[in-house]
Amino acid sequence: MATTTLRTSTGYRSGLYDWLTTTDHKKIGILYLANSILMFLIGGLFALLVRVELAQPGLQFLTDAQYNQAFTIHASLMLFLFVIPVLAGFGNYIVPLMIGAPDMAFPRINAFSFWLLPLAAIVMLSGFATGGGAAAAGWTEYSPLAQAKYEGIGTDLWIVALLLIGTSSILGSINFIVTIFKMRAPGMTLLRMPIMVWTMLVTSILVLMATPVLTSALIMLFIDRNLGGHFFDPANGGNAILWQNTFWFYSHPAVYIMVLPAMGIISEVLPVFSRKPLFGYKAFVFATAAIGALGFSVWAHHMFTTGAVYLPFFSFMTFLIAIPTGVKFFNWIATMFRGQLTFSTPLLYALGFLTMFLIGGINGAFSAAVPVDFALHDTYWVVAHIHYVLFGGSVFAVFAGLYYWWPKMFGRKLNETLGKIQFVFMFIGFNLTFFPMHILGLSGMPRRIADYDPNAGWNDLNLLATIGGFTIAFSILPFLWNVFITSRSGEPAGDDPWEGNTLEWATSSPPPPYNFDHLPEIRSERPVFDARHGATHA
Amino acid sequence: MALQVVEHEEAGGHGAEEGISNVILGMILFICSEVMFFAGLFAAYFNVRANAPIWPPEGNEHFHVANEIALPLIITTLLIISSFTCQLGVWSIRKGDRQGLVRNIAVTLVLGVIFLLGQGYDYTQLGFTLADGTFGTTFFTLTGFHGAHVLGGVIMLSVVLYRSMAGQFSSKHHDMVEAVSLYWHFVDVVWIVLFSLLYLVPSAN
Repeated sequence: MATTTLRTSTGYRSGLYDWLTTTDHKKIGILYLANSILMFLIGGLFALLVRVELAQPGLQFLTDAQYNQAFTIHASLMLFLFVIPVLAGFGNYIVPLMIGAPDMAFPRINAFSFWLLPLAAIVMLSGFATGGGAAAAGWTEYSPLAQAKYEGIGTDLWIVALLLIGTSSILGSINFIVTIFKMRAPGMTLLRMPIMVWTMLVTSILVLMATPVLTSALIMLFIDRNLGGHFFDPANGGNAILWQNTFWFYSHPAVYIMVLPAMGIISEVLPVFSRKPLFGYKAFVFATAAIGALGFSVWAHHMFTTGAVYLPFFSFMTFLIAIPTGVKFFNWIATMFRGQLTFSTPLLYALGFLTMFLIGGINGAFSAAVPVDFALHDTYWVVAHIHYVLFGGSVFAVFAGLYYWWPKMFGRKLNETLGKIQFVFMFIGFNLTFFPMHILGLSGMPRRIADYDPNAGWNDLNLLATIGGFTIAFSILPFLWNVFITSRSGEPAGDDPWEGNTLEWATSSPPPPYNFDHLPEIRSERPVFDARHGATHA
Repeated sequence: MALQVVEHEEAGGHGAEEGISNVILGMILFICSEVMFFAGLFAAYFNVRANAPIWPPEGNEHFHVANEIALPLIITTLLIISSFTCQLGVWSIRKGDRQGLVRNIAVTLVLGVIFLLGQGYDYTQLGFTLADGTFGTTFFTLTGFHGAHVLGGVIMLSVVLYRSMAGQFSSKHHDMVEAVSLYWHFVDVVWIVLFSLLYLVPSAN
């Protein structure tokens, strides 16, 4: 294929001022990724605090109040300031490139969406500087716990932070939808869009329709806490379950917001490293849309034990989600079947995603069954489930995406050996940490406890999980070292190091500010593949 | 084959020459998110209302006395009229009538401000506060957030008015006018639902 001969980075002004004021979707995407990975590291430190305290029975390092703050801020950072923004960051960088657009539809709103995030992080973490400490009622902030027990301003700062993040998400989703519908290059029909773009589109629709409901719930909580309102206060005619309904109406679709773009990344990586087209492209598109649609009708499966929801409906709808997810698994496996697999780091992470997310789906199906859920609700089983879905799923996909697109973003490949070392430690550490939690949950260990009875039989598995947690933390070191050394002396990537399929590989690495000097002809969902093999003209 | 480059006569980016403009599509999506925001608040209202043994709860019965509805009825009428004047402004600029745009947007802006002042005055006349039971909480939250949206609309209308007076809109270039008018209609519709719910049928059960 023709190599684009463009001024690569001479069009970029350098310097801090440029990064602070940029409206280039690629720079904003990189800012999203950098900020999110920083939050991942901070959130990981809070997770280590939790694991250190739980390593053995008794309270050794933290007080109860500090422990509550640690797990609350761990989850809040990981969910709202890492997983959601990091995927939005990939979307920001990749979507305009994949559809052959020069930028997002609203570049300045795009910059605004990003800058709300570090602000929100500062607001949320500033709770530690207040007298009462940071938010401590768990990331779900159930009433009345969120109202009565924690009088400090930390919870209010948490609410404000989430309002800022929600605003960022909503503006970002509008930007993605308009970009995808209005900015596609000639020939890029909807059914030729890369799956990553499809997943970002469905995710954006979920964000657009679900996040405002969380905003309304947060505002009601704020009014209850500060202005004497009674929304969630049963003593004055309010309803505590109302919080759970409005919260989960957002936070269940949010689970798909946190995993659909991850599935998109996997669907880009697998075909490239299997040297085959994605199996069942249209089925994959419809499965993505189906997950998005079903995602709005399952929120109350988090509330089975409240006695306030219609159990058969929500259980049935939850099981239904397994069908489109199963379609996707079939597609992924069929994509690899008889492919020429090259076991580069992105493929390893994609395989990690497939295996771990599968376990996360299966242990989730247990919880979807009402009688089983009554036994498992609020035990460590649920903690195992969410981590298999969001760490085994989304985080592995994030690293697959980082190793896959890093050459495009920075013009240099990350070191493969260090990447594989990181993968091995992360994979082993992840399973050491979270697999024992299934057994802990089945043997009755409740989540969110700082201490437990030494005779409960939970000591060994908790110690194992803590060792696993430190193994995960260790696995981050090769990654940071990898970023450091390759930024100085990495192997130059060239325009298309992996022989990719999609349009981002048709421009230089890194792309110029306006993205494309010249686009290949788009006659399928793999325009760069077509051009490379002479099916179309480059 | 060379890439088929579509020439853009206007700086609208890819595809801007066909179909809905980016700005108007963006506003429609934003309004979708606002609908869901109010849906959350309405859900809360219906939830606490359904759980209450009587509604309005004791202490709030005096609320729907006839003489208290006069002012809300007047400002409601004004807000509905303002939706029409706003649309007249859009129709004016579509025909290239800049004077008509300025006139109609100015009237819309004034009506919006009168609505806000009227609602503010009404708040001072009500005998209850946000902290008075779920009725007060839902009443002030719903009307307060609607009022905040009217204020947002008033600010947008001010910008539109300023730009119209500066002659920045034409029959071809007036996406902002279209978008702001969509938002203003949305704010109006929310108020019609709220007014019916809170003032006209406060005790339907």
